Amino acid sequence: MSDRRVDPEQVRHIADLARVELDEDESDRFADQFEEVLEYFETLEEVPEVERKPELTNVLRADEVETGLSQDDALANAADSEDGYFKGPRVS
Amino acid sequence: MTPDDTMSQNIFITETELTGEADGPLADRTVAVKDNISTEGVRTTCGSAMLEEYVPPYNATVVDRLLEAGATIVGKTNMDEFGMGTTTETSAFGPTENPAAPGRVPGGSSGGSAAAVAAGEADLALGSDTGGSVRCPAAFCGVVGIKPTYGLVSRYGLVAYANSLEQIGPIADTVEDAATLLDVIAGPDPKDGTTRETGAETDYASAADGDVDGLSIGVPTELLDGADDRVVEVFWDAIARLEDRGATYQEISLPALEHAVEAYYVIAMSEASSNLARFDGVRYGHSGGFDGNWNETFSRARREGFGDEVKRRILLGTFALSAGYQDKYYKQAQDARAWVKQSFDDAFASVDVIASPTMPVVPFERGSTIDDPLRLYLADANTTPVNLANLPAISVPAGEADGLPVGMQLIGPAFGERRIIRAASAVH
Repeated sequence: MSDRRVDPEQVRHIADLARVELDEDESDRFADQFEEVLEYFETLEEVPEVERKPELTNVLRADEVETGLSQDDALANAADSEDGYFKGPRVS
Repeated sequence: MTPDDTMSQNIFITETELTGEADGPLADRTVAVKDNISTEGVRTTCGSAMLEEYVPPYNATVVDRLLEAGATIVGKTNMDEFGMGTTTETSAFGPTENPAAPGRVPGGSSGGSAAAVAAGEADLALGSDTGGSVRCPAAFCGVVGIKPTYGLVSRYGLVAYANSLEQIGPIADTVEDAATLLDVIAGPDPKDGTTRETGAETDYASAADGDVDGLSIGVPTELLDGADDRVVEVFWDAIARLEDRGATYQEISLPALEHAVEAYYVIAMSEASSNLARFDGVRYGHSGGFDGNWNETFSRARREGFGDEVKRRILLGTFALSAGYQDKYYKQAQDARAWVKQSFDDAFASVDVIASPTMPVVPFERGSTIDDPLRLYLADANTTPVNLANLPAISVPAGEADGLPVGMQLIGPAFGERRIIRAASAVH
């Protein structure tokens, strides 16, 4: 297994970081598929270094108060709310 | 899940009727809108169980512009979940039939939008194109699709997948109709800081005059190598028709394009892993309930709400950005992106437009690729370079191979929409 780029245990670790619960068979299947995809990604090593020219410019606007969503509209899609706030699960 | 639409083609996730102004360039025209573009009061699912019941409280800028132009929006179209796919088979609402090639996929991710136009369910449609998601389904369904220059069309209200790559684009039966729709949606928007003033006053529709006399076309050999022979044959026949009308072509070599697909996927997945972090089931979307701590309930909401391809891309993106791998994958992908961009810039010094088959393959048979992610990714070889370089491109029907639609892609320099629209109008 040591030659692999990614094994099922690593897939479970990444899934944990990304907050996606996986079944056992999913982590096995994804590990095999990721192996193939990551091997392909490694062809990027052939790419020469290129000078990057950033084309970015700042976009500014006056800091004026405008009307936005109402509190009711903002909460309309939430599973639960309380006193005008989103209600989430407990932290720990 | 069953979509509202009972038609067997499964084009719409939600049928609706939103009517706009009485007058305008799109008065009396019906438009289908991809279901990742926000419509106030009409659910916007992104083809995902995660957003099955999500109803946006505001319109995307492009939706406001459609209604101001007099259009009637007839439905929200089926799509690969969050735009992640090339077949419209990753939708939580089931696959869409290809009206132009029964038994085959309509392409993706904007498969429902292209199918709506091909089946006559709408006059026009909007899709979004992150790595080919407007051009691929346009090619597979035998219609016209445009991926605009990055910054021409506002992304406000488009549910984000990979912000640095995507644009909303028009789909229509003819080049002129697609150009007319682009005229309506183009232009700066204070709500999207990446839009440019360049799009403020456009007249793309009048460019569809078929006049290609003196046009020079570059054909990158890299985008023909590995393509289906039948597709290549149809492509050269279309080039010959352009020559008959006074255009000239030359083969060119752009080695950078050989690395576009992998660079695209590293960047798109990395951006997706960050963008889709917002779906935790608290403010909107499928809830993971209230049992356990927030890590547990968020992880549950995301297991239940996301399909396999979305999970794959979030995990691969998380991996590519994780400590120790960022230089190996993400930084190299950005180098490749710069190289692709520079190669196009150099090429446009000697040719007016660049042409290729839109897709190197004919439409896949339904169900044949769903568990083979890498094979599907490679099918995006010809479309992804355009997104990496922020350029405009159009897919126009070039002919048929064994009765299956084949599209030609014409790529232009940044904000060169008129040029590619004119060239495409001579093909179709």
